[in-house]
Amino acid sequence: MYSATIGRQRHTFADLKALLAKATPLRSGDVLAGVAALSGEERVAAQIALADLPLATFLSEAVIPYEDDEVTRLIVDTHDPAAFAPIAHLTVGGFRDWLLSDEATTAALSALAGGVTPEMAAAVSKISRLQDLMVMAAKCSVVTRFRNTIGLPGRLSVRLQPNHPTDDARGIAASILDGLLLGAGDAVIGINPATDSPERAHALLSMLEEIIGKLAIPTQACVLAHITTTLALIGRDSPVDLVFQSIAGSESANKAFGIDLALLAEARAAALALKRGTLGDNVMYFETGQGSALSANAHRGVDQQTLEARAYAVARAFKPLLVNTVVGFIGPEYLFDGKQIARAGLEDHFCGKLMGVPMGVDVCYTNHAEADQDDADALLALLTASGVNFVMGVPGADDIMLDYQSTSFHDALAMRDLYGRRPAPEFEDWLARQGLMDRANRIRPGELPAPFRALLPA
Amino acid sequence: MSDQPASPPASAPPDSWADLRRLTNARIGLKRSGASLATGPLLDFQLAHARARDAVHAALDEAKLAGDLRLLGDVLTVSSLVEDRPTYLMRPDLGRMLSPLSEAALQERAGTFDVAFAVIDGLSPRAVETHAAPVLAQVLPALRAENWRVAPLVLLQLGRVAAGDAVATLLRAPCVVVLIGERPGLSAPDSMGAYLTWQPGPATTDAERNCISNIRPDGIGYADAAAKIAHLLRAMRDRKLSGVRLKDDSERPAALTLSRSPNC
Repeated sequence: MYSATIGRQRHTFADLKALLAKATPLRSGDVLAGVAALSGEERVAAQIALADLPLATFLSEAVIPYEDDEVTRLIVDTHDPAAFAPIAHLTVGGFRDWLLSDEATTAALSALAGGVTPEMAAAVSKISRLQDLMVMAAKCSVVTRFRNTIGLPGRLSVRLQPNHPTDDARGIAASILDGLLLGAGDAVIGINPATDSPERAHALLSMLEEIIGKLAIPTQACVLAHITTTLALIGRDSPVDLVFQSIAGSESANKAFGIDLALLAEARAAALALKRGTLGDNVMYFETGQGSALSANAHRGVDQQTLEARAYAVARAFKPLLVNTVVGFIGPEYLFDGKQIARAGLEDHFCGKLMGVPMGVDVCYTNHAEADQDDADALLALLTASGVNFVMGVPGADDIMLDYQSTSFHDALAMRDLYGRRPAPEFEDWLARQGLMDRANRIRPGELPAPFRALLPA
Repeated sequence: MSDQPASPPASAPPDSWADLRRLTNARIGLKRSGASLATGPLLDFQLAHARARDAVHAALDEAKLAGDLRLLGDVLTVSSLVEDRPTYLMRPDLGRMLSPLSEAALQERAGTFDVAFAVIDGLSPRAVETHAAPVLAQVLPALRAENWRVAPLVLLQLGRVAAGDAVATLLRAPCVVVLIGERPGLSAPDSMGAYLTWQPGPATTDAERNCISNIRPDGIGYADAAAKIAHLLRAMRDRKLSGVRLKDDSERPAALTLSRSPNC
């Protein structure tokens, strides 16, 4: 039982998960789940109680029981007490103050990551404003490598997302060429397939390998099929660079995705054995998003933001190249409007980075949410200022297969110009060699170079 | 302006992108100014977004759709626990449940069936108004020719995919096909999805469903969609399961693997 007394009223919270849920800034998913605070005052009372909570409490009380949930077991069993030692004496409020202080340098934060549990990260984010989330995240650095280097200071990478509603190879290739021309694709060239057919995935992977090979692009490819499909493709020698999977923060939610930790480990081992990375061995690409556990009825009474942070504990166990929170995709029943989407995006980016996860964000919204391009512009700018590792590049911000709006090649270019962020260094050199940069080092393509056009499948 | 392709980048020859644009409806080769979108493609986008928003908030023409479906078989019109579209958007839990009257009506029609079909407005009423009857017109004769016993067609307003589970249970059908309006995108405000589930029930998870999305003439066409649905139904019945485990090396639609399934 936790409590806070405000004036003459004593607010009580039955357990840790109730305290975390009630302390969470308002969002529709927590209301839908029935775990949200019932008033503004109750929410702040919970935040006051949470701020006084010793961080060590999170090591003795689990939001989902250890016995019931392999994600909890992963969090507890892999916690690094030595990394945790410098903050072991702090409360949640004290931890926030320390993170904002000049003592919390990039080096100190990197050393701390293994000692931070998802619940600790979530707790701090709940008592932080957007500005705090930005300031704290900007000091974190998580660098990963496969065929290039992603997440270095001053860099902003882009996943080129060339989806097509029928997986048409030429249609996808045309979008890839447009994206490459505009400097996208250094995070990954990643296709969401319209169907989960192994044949189609194999054909798309082969096309991506040909494009990357012929143009000698220092980047990696991915077809975002279910992990079981990708494993089968590895077994038959398809050119698999990265293994993709959607993940969530509870064992039962992962079961709804058709996965468990053992399957993730098996797939990672299979991808590592291919030895296709030239600079590093980060071979996993995960996607997450607040609300996914609730949508599978697997939230276990835990608020959606805490569950999201727990998904990052799953991610970091497998040393991913990229982790992408698809923040506005899930719809208004989880994140109602542009304000809730913006906060969730900055929370996710901060929690992931603090835990040592290479965070990118799909800044996006659906047509049934109360959001538009202005909301997307605002969040993209805040994330770029926060040092996000990568964002999406979708032609014209309009994904014609998944039917939602993400960020465009142009959006990413505008952010690179506005904030002075550059592509991954190996990819930047490649862009320069293709003649796609102007004298001021800005990406300013002219015509489609002949070698690009020659790559269109027959 | 809206129906014209966007202009090519300023420095490219005028028709440099024209042939590439024929390969995809994606917004490629958009005219730039500096790093940013030029005015033309910007306003094209805003118009498409406005149309999609309008589609989300439109109501289903139930009488018209029921009339179209009646040409293909018996039709039962039922309702969920949702009363209006704003509530529908915020409360998917209520959209998954049938009203008590609807439950009784379905129970009354329980029988010996091999498959049930539920047509649900979902997030794009216009999608099912346009595409549900043409797809069913190809699926139903194919199944009936193979002696499948098809339950009365169920038409449900303000429902979610999982409402189909209750439909199948009450009609006592071993599997269900839900045809539902998908969330409108900018280039496709009228895309329909088909969700297939073997022995659906209250404990069914998304991983146990198979999905064919983007059914519309410019996406997965009617004949193709009908063939895929029939193919999946046969496979489900042979192997007595659905979802991620129903996958072999033939051309198979995706099982739901992502949080990217807003209708469920």
